[in-house]
Amino acid sequence: MDLNYTEEEVAFRDAVRSFLKTQLPEEIARKGAEARPLTKADYDLWHSRLNEAGYLAGSWPKKFGGAEWSAVQKHIFEEESALAHAPRIVPFGVAMLAPVLQAFGSKEQQDYYLPRILSGEDWWCQGYSEPGAGSDLASLKTRAVREGDHYIVNGQKTWTTLGQYANKIFCLVRTGTEGKPQEGISFLLIDMDTPGIEVRPIILIDGVHEVNEVWFTDVKVPVENLVGKENEGWTYAKYLLTHERTGIAGVGFATAGLQSLKRIAKTEMQNGRPLAEDPFFAARLARIEIDLMAMATFNLRTVAGADAGKAPGAESSMLKVRGSILRQQINDLARRAIGPWAQPFVSEQLEGNLYHPGPDHAARATNTYLNNRKISIYGGSNEVQRGIITKAILGL
Amino acid sequence: MDFNHTEERRMLADSLRRSLERGADWAALAELGVLGALFTEDEGGFGGQGFDIAVVFEELGRAGASAPVLEAGLAGGLLADAGRADLVEQVIAGTLKVTLAHSEPGLRYDLGPITTSAASGTVTGRKSFVTNADGADRLVVSALEDGAVALFLVDPKSEGVSLHTTPALMGGTISEVTLDRAPAERLGLAETLETRLAAATLAVCADALGAMETAKAMTLDYLRTRKQFGVPIGKFQALQHRMADVAIEIEMARSAVINLAGHLSDAAPTRDRHVSATKNLTARAAHLVAEEAIQMHGGIAMTEEYALSDISRRLFAVDHRFGDEDWHLARFIRLSA
Ligand SMILES: Cc1cc2nc3c(=O)[nH]c(=O)nc-3n(C[C@H](O)[C@H](O)[C@H](O)COP(=O)(O)OP(=O)(O)OC[C@H]3O[C@@H](n4cnc5c(N)ncnc54)[C@H](O)[C@@H]3O)c2cc1C
Repeated sequence: MDLNYTEEEVAFRDAVRSFLKTQLPEEIARKGAEARPLTKADYDLWHSRLNEAGYLAGSWPKKFGGAEWSAVQKHIFEEESALAHAPRIVPFGVAMLAPVLQAFGSKEQQDYYLPRILSGEDWWCQGYSEPGAGSDLASLKTRAVREGDHYIVNGQKTWTTLGQYANKIFCLVRTGTEGKPQEGISFLLIDMDTPGIEVRPIILIDGVHEVNEVWFTDVKVPVENLVGKENEGWTYAKYLLTHERTGIAGVGFATAGLQSLKRIAKTEMQNGRPLAEDPFFAARLARIEIDLMAMATFNLRTVAGADAGKAPGAESSMLKVRGSILRQQINDLARRAIGPWAQPFVSEQLEGNLYHPGPDHAARATNTYLNNRKISIYGGSNEVQRGIITKAILGL
Repeated sequence: MDFNHTEERRMLADSLRRSLERGADWAALAELGVLGALFTEDEGGFGGQGFDIAVVFEELGRAGASAPVLEAGLAGGLLADAGRADLVEQVIAGTLKVTLAHSEPGLRYDLGPITTSAASGTVTGRKSFVTNADGADRLVVSALEDGAVALFLVDPKSEGVSLHTTPALMGGTISEVTLDRAPAERLGLAETLETRLAAATLAVCADALGAMETAKAMTLDYLRTRKQFGVPIGKFQALQHRMADVAIEIEMARSAVINLAGHLSDAAPTRDRHVSATKNLTARAAHLVAEEAIQMHGGIAMTEEYALSDISRRLFAVDHRFGDEDWHLARFIRLSA
């Protein structure tokens, strides 16, 4: 047992730190710290800085121009980024599609798409979920029918995160109806500019336009946009789901969240004394910190295991469940901390340009609390994760 | 012992429920007697007891209504205490909308010490978290007068009053009110403020109870109709047991609301012990029910368009009105010592 990073890992962490210090624009960091929504330009700028430093493709294999980070390095990068309030790397292209293309795409697809992901020419979004196919993803109905050199796609995707910024979408589509539902699914790359695609905004409970519906009416997609083999898309999708799991616990976000929560608790006054000295509040805060200390080690144990060649497997379900609950508890405590300032509910999308009348730290706390109810729902809900744990780990 | 509401209260609740379903406006609510139910006969109403408040607000919460009824009861009650039957009559008729402006920035949930002050027919200071002030005809403003807290009537449209208004988490609006030598009519000392706030806290709890019932009904309906893996998701035991817990906690909240309604007219220490017990428990239940309703729905409950979003925000807001879980926990401990 050794709870410390190796010398190389420490050197890597220092390099990441100094990169963040010099390259992360202050305005973007401030938005991050205040949990305000980022614009497409913010993400684009940040991606290009990361790319210049070789960090965007950090976890890609060397032969695709990556740095082949270990799982621990990847964890360090994510944690340091979160602590600096840097934007997360938008995962859809870099972390979701790229590994699939690297493993299953054709040489032409790899040569064409991978550089465009890094350069920012392409912004990808993920078209998996449908209104009728959430947890039961394999029941998806969006159809792709082959006609000559094209597929004709009809149907609807939903919950498409940041689809309003995307020029490309990778979709799971139904190409076969024989056998089990999983067997007739294909993985298709679609240009969002193709006639017949319509993107409609969905406003979330915190008033933010973050997700979309994407409708397909007789959309013509060239057959060369099929990834791998027809009807084997489910295998690729599952590969994608198990591939990128180190960040699933969100320890970096939780650590950053706890830091800002502590600042709030020192600033908010109750009976002339900082809220941090209120015994009930202090107890709530301490419990969360205790959990986070264990969570960080739990996460590193799993990450280190993955480096030693073990597949992260079902333990990542444990990290997802407990990590999401912890982050939600931190958000919950932030809304408690701001007290009655949680009541003014200001959201740009819903009400135009009203400003929150309270202290700066209160401006987004309620919205963030509301928005992060999503993290126990998406990416495999906590109930689905618990189902995986009971079967795969506990053998029940 | 009898845990049934009186015939009159049941009838009021039923007709209120039906009119709210039909989208009753302010005039219709007044017509129905919703405002009169908040005042005693002496004050010109026909209710004013804990259980009157409980039935009315449970229905308002169930419907997710944002009409300023709580404000009418709270500020109107203070007008009644000041002997202003002329104004109370208008409040009950629905022709005068009033709201209380008492809290101030930095007080969190405490009632004092306030700093707004009165001098020669004017008030000066800043008031926080004033609900539904933008549509109000009069503000009931607390201010210091020779070291004592007194109440004043202020027209929000008069010179020296400015409002910064935003939507409120629970529905309706909430304002920061700045008073700069605003013309003010003196009502009297604020001796009954805590009594009226006790009733308002009951109103918030009963409202939460109604909203919890709606969240429960919507979630149950969804569990029965939403299919995944070929079955309604309500067939999954993981969700069934949690739905059962939601139902149990709502019955706990209902019982707590009954406790407070039944003790609202008790002497202050007993009453306030019940206020804090009920508010603490209701806030916990509301929080649990809203979080569980969202989680059991899945993504759909995260959308603004789906009707649950208003209800869940209303439930999350419960904890932030008239003292949160911990504030009331501490108060309960003090009052139980
Ligand atoms: C903000 C947000 C962003 C998203 N972004 C994307 C995106 O970019 N691309 C994309 O493709 N998808 C995205 N999703 C979709 C997300 O993956 C789904 O919401 C998720 O899979 C759950 O599906 P559902 O919402 O349809 O809920 P349902 O599957 O209908 O689930 C409803 C409830 O039933 C429970 N449940 C379901 N099955 C079981 C079971 N077997 N046992 C016990 N309980 C069960 C669930 O846990 C949940 O509580 C996003 C969702 C959200 C909310």
